[in-house]
Amino acid sequence: MGEVSRRSVVAGAAGIAALPLARARAQGQSTIKIGVLGDQSGTYRDLGGPGSVVCVKQAIEEFGAQGFAVEVLDADHQNKPDVAVTIARQWFDRDGVDMITDGTTSSVALALNQLVKEKNKVMLNSGAATSDLTGAQCTANTIHWTYDTWMLAHSTGAAMVRAGGDSWFFITADYAFGHALERDTSEFVKQAGGRVLGQVRTPFPGTTDFSSFLLQAQSSRAKVIGLANAGADTTNCIKQAAEFGLTRRGVKLAGLLVFITDVHALGLQTAQGLVLTETFYWDLNDRTRAFTSRVRSKMPNQSPPSMVQAGVYSATLHYLKAVKEMGAAAAKASGAEAVARMKAMPTDDDAFGPGSIRADGRCLHPAYLFEVKAPNESRGAYDYYKLLQTTPADEAFRPMNQGGCPLVRS
Amino acid sequence: MASETTAGAIPTSAGEEQGIWGYSRAQFVALIVLAGILVVGPYFLYPVFLMKLLCFALFACAFNLLIGYVGLLSFGHAAYFGMGGYIAGYTAKAWGFTPEVAILAGAAIAAAQGAVFGWIAIRRQGIYFAMITLAMAQMVYFFCVQAPFTGGEDGIQAIPRGHLFGLIDLHDDMAMYWFVAAVFLIGFLLVHRIIHSPYGQVLKAIRENEPRATSLGYRTDDYKLVAFILSAMLAGVAGGVKSLVFGIATLTDVHWSMSGEVVLMTLVGGLGTVFGPVIGAAVIVAMQNYLAEMGAWVTVIQGGIFVICVLAFRRGIIGEIANLLRVKL
Repeated sequence: MGEVSRRSVVAGAAGIAALPLARARAQGQSTIKIGVLGDQSGTYRDLGGPGSVVCVKQAIEEFGAQGFAVEVLDADHQNKPDVAVTIARQWFDRDGVDMITDGTTSSVALALNQLVKEKNKVMLNSGAATSDLTGAQCTANTIHWTYDTWMLAHSTGAAMVRAGGDSWFFITADYAFGHALERDTSEFVKQAGGRVLGQVRTPFPGTTDFSSFLLQAQSSRAKVIGLANAGADTTNCIKQAAEFGLTRRGVKLAGLLVFITDVHALGLQTAQGLVLTETFYWDLNDRTRAFTSRVRSKMPNQSPPSMVQAGVYSATLHYLKAVKEMGAAAAKASGAEAVARMKAMPTDDDAFGPGSIRADGRCLHPAYLFEVKAPNESRGAYDYYKLLQTTPADEAFRPMNQGGCPLVRS
Repeated sequence: MASETTAGAIPTSAGEEQGIWGYSRAQFVALIVLAGILVVGPYFLYPVFLMKLLCFALFACAFNLLIGYVGLLSFGHAAYFGMGGYIAGYTAKAWGFTPEVAILAGAAIAAAQGAVFGWIAIRRQGIYFAMITLAMAQMVYFFCVQAPFTGGEDGIQAIPRGHLFGLIDLHDDMAMYWFVAAVFLIGFLLVHRIIHSPYGQVLKAIRENEPRATSLGYRTDDYKLVAFILSAMLAGVAGGVKSLVFGIATLTDVHWSMSGEVVLMTLVGGLGTVFGPVIGAAVIVAMQNYLAEMGAWVTVIQGGIFVICVLAFRRGIIGEIANLLRVKL
C-alpha cells in the first residue's frame, strides 16, 4: 500500500513537473505568428493600416481553432523601407514571426521581399502596386495578392475601349512609374482597337496646378483622359477636372491607380464619372456583402474594407488553410514550403470568390472596371461604384512568360 | 587657406584641451562609456537596430560639425547622406565593389557634391544659406527620382553586404555590427579631432564673430568650405554604411524630411556638443523603432518630444547634463 502510494506520488510529482514544460514546448511549436506591416500614419493609412489588422483578425476568427494558436503583431512602417526592414528583421529573429502581410508602398514591398527570401518566411503582399514582385524580383516566398500595375493598366485600358472609350490622352507623372503606366496602358488601348491622341508629362513630385495640362488634354478631343500618376497628383487632377467641368462635357477620366478611399476623400460630387479598376468592391455580390457585414462594425470609422484590406483577409485565410494541411510545425520550418502548399491549393473566400495562385506567386481573380456614381445615383454611404466591365481571372493579369520571373524559367 | 603657423597661433581655451589625448576628463569618461556601450550593446539590443542607430549617429555628428562648430544651418544634408547611400549601393551591387571601397566611393561623391554646393552656399548666411542648401538638396532629390541607376521610387534593392577587404563575410549581423561600430568610431573621433585642431579653433572663431576672424587675416570662406566638404563626406559615409546594412537605398534618404530629421536629432541631443548628436540620434531612432507598434502616434510623440526639448531643454539632453555638471561634453 505504502509502496504504491509512494510510487504514485513520485510519478504524480514528475508528471506535474513535466506539465508546464510540455505545454511550453507545444506552444512554442504550434503558434503561428502573423505580422501586419502597413502604413498606419501616412498616405496609405485608410487603404491598409489599422483596417488591415482588423481584417487579419477577422480571418483568424473565422478560421477558428484548428489545433494551433495564431498570434497577430502589427507595426507602422511609416512608408520607410529601412524602418520596415528593421521591424521585419526583429520580428523574424526575435519574435518568431512566420508571415508578413499588407506591405503597402512598392519600395517597402521590394525590400521586404528580399529579406523574407533570405529568412525563408512568407510574405503575402496585398498593398503594393509593383508588378516586379511577380516579375524580375519574384521569389518562392512571396505571393502578390490583390492587384498590380500591369493589371490596372490592362483592365482600365482594354476594358475602357470595349466600353466605348476609344480615344485617349494621357496626363503622366514624369518619372519611371508614370512612364511605365502610360506605356503599358497605351499598348492595351491600341491592342483593343483604340487610339492614343497624345500625352503630356507633368513634373514630379510637386506639381499642384494641372490646369494647363487638363486644357491640353481637353483640346485633343480625346474621349478618355488617362491619369498615369498616383496619390496627390491623381486627386488634384480629378478635382481640377471637375472644376473645369470636363466630366460634364462627356470626357471620361480614367484613374490608373485610384482606390475607393480616394473616391471617398474626394466625394461623389467631384469624383463622379471617374473610371477605375479594383479587384474587390464591398457591394459586388452576395458573398462580398456578407463578408463586409461581418467585418464592417470592427473597422475604423465603420467603413467597408478596401481591396487591400480584403486582400489581407483573403490571403491570411488561405495561409491558415495551408498551415492546417501541412501542419503548423512544417509551416514554421519553411516559408517556401508553406507558399508552395498555398499555390497547390485553390483559393476560395467571400471577398474574392474562387481563385488560384500561379507559380510566379501571382494570385488570380477577376478585375472589375467601375465608374463612380453621380451623387443622385448613390443610395447611401460608400455606395460609390457601378460595374462597367469584368475581365476574367485568366486574362486579368500579366501572362507568366512575359514577367521574366526566374522561378518560371527554371 | 591660412598657413599652419597662423592657425596654431590661436590660444586654446583654458583647461579643456589638456586632458588625456586632447580630451577633457569628462569627455574622456564619456568616450569610455560610449565605447563600452558599443562593445556590450549588441548582446542586449538587436544588432540591426544598433547599426541603424550608429549610421544616424554618424550622420548627426557630421551635421553637427557644421551647425555646432561653424554655425551654418544646412537644411539639405539628406542630399549627401542619400547620395552616399545610392553610390555605395550601386557600386557594391552593379560593379561588385567590396564594402569599404563602395563606402569610400559614396563618401567621395558626397564630398564632391559638398564642394560644389558648399562653394555656392557659403556666400550667404543664416536663412539664405539654409534655403540654398535646401534648394540644392531638392535638385538632388529630383535627380534621384529620374536617374535610371537609382531605380526611382523602387530604389536599389538587394545590395550585397559583401566581404570586407574581400576576406571577412559581413552577412552575419554581428560581423557587420563590428564593422559599422568601427566606422562610426573612426568618424566620431575624426569629428572630435577636427573640432579640437587649430583648424577647428578657427571654425569656432568664425562661428562667434566672422568679421573679426576676417579682420585677423583668416580667409573665412575657405575654412567654411572645407568644413562643409568634410561634413558632406561624413554624411556620405553614414549613408553608404546604412545602405549596406539594410541592403537598400531609397528615396527616403534623399527626401527633405531626412534633412529635417537630422536637425531634430542634433537639437534633441545638444547643438555644439560632441556627444549630443549621438544621443539625439539614439532617441529619435529608438522612437521610430520601438513606437512603430503604436501606429500613428509615432509622429505625434516625436513632435511632442521636440516641443518639450525646445521649451525645457534648450541646450538639448547632453547640453543640459553638461551644464548641470559644469563640464564640457
